[in-house]
Amino acid sequence: MGDNNTMILNMGPQHPSTHGVLRVILELDGEVVVKATPDIGFLHRGLEKLAESKTYHQCIPLTDRLDYVAGMSNNLAYVLAVEKLLGLEVPPRAQAIRVLLSELQRISSHLLWLGTHAHDIGAMTPLFYALRERDEILFMFEMICGSRLTPSYFRVGGLAQDLPEGLEEKGREFTRTFNAHADEYETLLTKNKIWLKRTQGVGTISAEEAVNWGLTGPNLRASNMPWDLRKAMPYSGYENYEFIVPTGKNGDVYDRYMVRMMEMRQSNEIVRQVLDKMPGGPVIAQDPKVIYPPKDRVQENIESLIHHFHLASAGFPAPAGEVYASIESPKGELGFYLVSDGTNKPWRFRVRPPSFINLSALAVMVQGRLISDVVAVIGSIDIVLAEIDR
Amino acid sequence: MDLITVVDRVKQKFPESVLGVSTFREETTLEIRSEDLLPLCRFLHDDPEMAFDFLIDLCGVDNLPREPRFQVVYHLCSTKTRLRLRLKGSLPGKNPKIASVFPVWKAADWLEREAFDMYGVTFPGHPDLRRILLTPDWQGYPLRKDYPLRG
Repeated sequence: MGDNNTMILNMGPQHPSTHGVLRVILELDGEVVVKATPDIGFLHRGLEKLAESKTYHQCIPLTDRLDYVAGMSNNLAYVLAVEKLLGLEVPPRAQAIRVLLSELQRISSHLLWLGTHAHDIGAMTPLFYALRERDEILFMFEMICGSRLTPSYFRVGGLAQDLPEGLEEKGREFTRTFNAHADEYETLLTKNKIWLKRTQGVGTISAEEAVNWGLTGPNLRASNMPWDLRKAMPYSGYENYEFIVPTGKNGDVYDRYMVRMMEMRQSNEIVRQVLDKMPGGPVIAQDPKVIYPPKDRVQENIESLIHHFHLASAGFPAPAGEVYASIESPKGELGFYLVSDGTNKPWRFRVRPPSFINLSALAVMVQGRLISDVVAVIGSIDIVLAEIDR
Repeated sequence: MDLITVVDRVKQKFPESVLGVSTFREETTLEIRSEDLLPLCRFLHDDPEMAFDFLIDLCGVDNLPREPRFQVVYHLCSTKTRLRLRLKGSLPGKNPKIASVFPVWKAADWLEREAFDMYGVTFPGHPDLRRILLTPDWQGYPLRKDYPLRG
């Protein structure tokens, strides 16, 4: 029992609708939430501390394990920060492939969100449909780098290798069919009366409040704030592609759903444009101080072998200074702040995790709502605890 | 409005608070006197021309063995002017503290708790400053440079 006859209810950390190990301490008056206090850190691995002891190359696999449903996006944000620190130019083909994979990653991340979020609220079928298309994307990732969730495919200066044969064809096939699949999800939910009742007017946050709480990504855009880093501060060549930034009106759970649904279609459109315009050329910059020599040369040539060994063990020194680079990840603004002291390891490796800051606004979104709305709101924020706890 | 104008106006308004301006890789950093943080942030947020409505990130940095040992770094962003600005306040190794910017940006709520959790920097004015990622009974501050990597 809390004060004034309220009841304290412990939700999580082992609760299926908390999407991992989130614990929320709810103070309830009957079924109404008086106060919600999120308790996080169950998945804390000291990732920022660990990164300070690794070379810049060795940090790439660590970033996969932040938001583990969007590994490619994490890779991208990190390598952009290191490239900025080094002042390294990335070849156009590498940039285009990065955009291609980040957008596919956005679709797959949103699909997993859609399936699990709908499942939380009681709709079983969208999960099966969404995972079907998500699996196609993960299969493509497996073709590219042999891994579905932890790609570590982007390198400082470009990519680990070029796209495999047949990948572009598979990508085209995906873009041709995706819109019809998105229609299927929408048939199940968009005008579904139960869905509308559970989501409209729930967990509302105004644009001004959303900005003040630091919300980014679809959560911010649902509050009618057209802020998307791909448009506002383009990186990796996003200015070459045409797409719309979808926004909502009311900033409730339903609008966050609609924004992500529209975003997936836009991402599909970007994927199509990238495939049409795909430039040729190398996929990694030419800078022997930073870039690994090609694998076939390493296997035949002793100088390349030594070069590879040296880079892999000692890394490369980065100029002293500090940089912040960020991208529009599926969850919001994912940024890396690196402080270099001129050595081969980052002095400070800071992740700006979008989920962490988005989740901090949970308390204001659920205050005064019913306990069942808490489930809907947590789902609508789209969190990944590995990124929150780091 | 560009960053040069922003920096000039801040310098004009707070001549004694800005200790240094540096630009690296097209990013501008203002070194500020940590006692003047809050009024300066209020100005950057409230002034209609500055309009830094986003506190994107807030984190600590430990510069052991140099003194002042700690820095608190603020990444600001404006959706109106599309500019980014970095503020840095330096703090001594003994009892590091700097005013909370929670009254200006609510985003500081968890970010300051994290900086406290990881570096032991305290933020007077924060409504609920306690550990966030680690357990309440944790000893030490893991991201400090004198904290071991392995237990």
